[in-house]
Parts: sequence; C-alpha cells; structure tokens
Amino acid sequence: MKEAVHISGVPSPGPGLQELLVQVARGDQDAFTQVYDQVSGPVLGLVRSVLRDPAQSEEVAQEVLVEVWRTAPRYQPSRGSAMNWVLTLAHHRAVDRVRSAEAAAAREHKAALLDRTPDFDEVSEQVESRLEREQVRRCLRTLSELQRESVTLAYYRGLTYREVGELLSVPLGTIKTRLRDGLIRLRDCLGVSA
Amino acid sequence: MSTAELHTLTGAYALHALPEDERIAFERHLGACEACAQEVRELSATAARLGLAVSATPPPALRDRVLREITTVRQEPPPHGRSPRAGAVTGRAGRWSTYALAACVAAAAAFGGVAVWQNQVAQDARQETDRAQQHNEQVARVLTASDARTTTADLGGGARGTVVVSKSVNRAVFLASDMAQPPGGKVYQLWFNDAGAMRSAGLMNPSATDDAVLLDGPVDRASGMGITVEPAGGSDEPTSSPVALMDFRDA
Repeated sequence: MKEAVHISGVPSPGPGLQELLVQVARGDQDAFTQVYDQVSGPVLGLVRSVLRDPAQSEEVAQEVLVEVWRTAPRYQPSRGSAMNWVLTLAHHRAVDRVRSAEAAAAREHKAALLDRTPDFDEVSEQVESRLEREQVRRCLRTLSELQRESVTLAYYRGLTYREVGELLSVPLGTIKTRLRDGLIRLRDCLGVSA
Repeated sequence: MSTAELHTLTGAYALHALPEDERIAFERHLGACEACAQEVRELSATAARLGLAVSATPPPALRDRVLREITTVRQEPPPHGRSPRAGAVTGRAGRWSTYALAACVAAAAAFGGVAVWQNQVAQDARQETDRAQQHNEQVARVLTASDARTTTADLGGGARGTVVVSKSVNRAVFLASDMAQPPGGKVYQLWFNDAGAMRSAGLMNPSATDDAVLLDGPVDRASGMGITVEPAGGSDEPTSSPVALMDFRDA
C-alpha cells in the first residue's frame, strides 16, 4: 500500500495483489506474506463489523486468511479483482458464522442492532484507507435513509433481507428493491466497474 | 418466482442477504442470465468497497499464527471446471458443460475407433449447449439494449406478461409470471402482429412458462404481439381467440 493514492474510481488494492495471488496459487509462501500484509486489515475489519466479538473475529479472520492460501488456485482474475475475491470470501465466512445456530442464540437485541453504526471512526495511519473510508461514507450519504439502512444492516450486520424487513417493519419486496437500487447508486457514486 | 422478480435479487445476492434456498434458486437463474451476472459482478465489487472502508489494524500475533499455519495446509489443485461457490460471482452455467464435453471428446479420441459413436453424441450435445448459450446471449442482448422498450399486461387469472422489444437488435423477448399451464395437448403460441396479420413467433415451452422466451424471427414492422392456445405443434395461423394482445411501446 505504498503506491499513489487513488481518489476516484476503483482504488488500487496495492501493488500487484493480483499477480501476487497468482504466485500464491503456485505455492509461493513469500508471495503469501505480501498478500497477507495487504488484505489482513480489510479482512479483520470486515469480519469484526459483522461478528462484533473481538476474539471470535480474529479466529474467523485467521480461517479466512488460511483459506485464501488454500484456495488461491481457484481465483480467476477475469472474474474480479483479488481484493474483491478475498473480501467476498471473508464476508461469506463471517455471515456463515453469525447465522450458525449458536451465534443466533446469542444474537443481540433488536434495538442494539439498530443502534449501531458501522465502525468508520477507527484511526488509521494509512492515507489510502482513510480516503477510501471518506469516499464510502460520502457515497452512503447520497442514499435514501431506507436504502442506507437496508444495505448497511445486510452487509455490516450479516442480516438476510427477510431479517432486515422484519427489523425495519418494511415489506420484503421493498427491501429487495432497496438493496438493489441502493447498491446501484453506491456503485455509480464510487465509480465501480466490473 | 418469475424471471423479472429474480432479477431484483442481484442486490441481496451481492450482499449475501439471501436465505440458503433462495440463494440456490438465484444462482440457477444467474447461469442463464448474463445481464444479471454482470450486474452481480458490479454490485459484489461495490459491496467489497464497503468492506474496505472498515479496515482494521490486525495484531502482530495474528500474522505469526497465519504464516505458521499455511506451512502445514495443502493447497487445492487448480480447478478444471469451475466452483460455483468460489466467490459471490457465478459465471454462465453453460461453460461448465462445455468443459465436461471437451473432456468427453478427448476421452473418446483416446479410445480411438470404438468411440466414434460416442464422439458423435458429444458433438451433438455440444451443439445443443451452444444453441442454449446463443439463446441466452440473444435474450440478454435484447434485455440490455439501450433502446429496449417494455410493455406489461395483465393476462388474467393473476398472470402477468412482459414483452421487451429492441428495434436495434430487431428481436423481442416475452416473460410471463404465474401463467397457468396450457390445457392438456395444447400449447401457447406467440405471434407478431403485423398490422392485424398474425405471424408466428414460436411456441412457449409448456413446462417452463416462467422462462424468458425469445420470439422467433425479426420484429421488423410488428406493432405488437399476441398469445393463443393452439394444438400441440402449433398452427400456421391462430385458431382461437387470443389469451392476450399486447402493443409494443414506441421507441
């Protein structure tokens, strides 16, 4: 992450993450160390936003990072950026964990869920991630309230659209639509292409 | 669930917000809908940006643990086909079958003369796959055309029909939701309306009335379309009064 700062468009996930992952797929442990240094922060942050519990989050982050090593041969650059692939994996694992039976039993109270906003305020020394955070925060503000609530509850809390609908007392069809048009608006605001 | 309804699930899917059963149904749909697959790719990349924005600083001990653990973990071999759960993004399902067929052809070649017949079967099946894929691509081209115009009509009995026409592609796609199965021994036949003259646009697959149907033949000057119930195999001209008549929207 020592490269130039990207203010708009898809941010560079760091120098050559894609190529590094290809080397990892061939069993290169040194390349994996560099991959680790680029992705571990985003992976842990994302997992923690979904799971809340610090110890459990570290455990799941570790599983995800080892899975990156194990399944690197499956990564296909033609289907998206390396960072996207890693974070998709991380989100899946975090969501699987939060939806598992025991986690569900310990699930926080409704009000507590609504009360929490994502952790955007963590101090980071890296200019690039600070800018990324600013941009996402700015773009989230362009969404309608229902779009923003639906998208953040689904993504950062790992709720299904049905749970989001119940929590907000909004019809399911509306939630589905808001998740889609909210993400579309975010996509356009962030200038994401794929 | 209808195709049009499934399409609205791209957002929920990209956010992993679908319950298991709906996720499976949607992934099946993705295999046949290139436009949806593209949207899912973009929305997944957008979701990943939300992830990047909550980046944290991991403790050094985590680094040590992970780097130690990978020295004992064996990597997966590179896939020959594809793994549908490798990420949120799923490609066209058709492609896997092409790989499988390529393997069949290779195996057939290895067995020499004995396998000529098998080889022929594989070729036929491959052509079948190619046709299905071309069909999906045509449907996607119409649905994503910049001049695509949509008309929706009530087909009675709670069923709804939507026709999407693109003048530039010169093709039309019909989507129905909750359409009843045709009576036994009958089929739904689609027609282009050329200034009152009905031109056949093919039959609907009776077992898949919820699928997107690419109307046979060019749109040309047709101003609308109709649906009739016809004897199995279809008719040269309508033999019953239409179930529905829909006018195309002007561009």
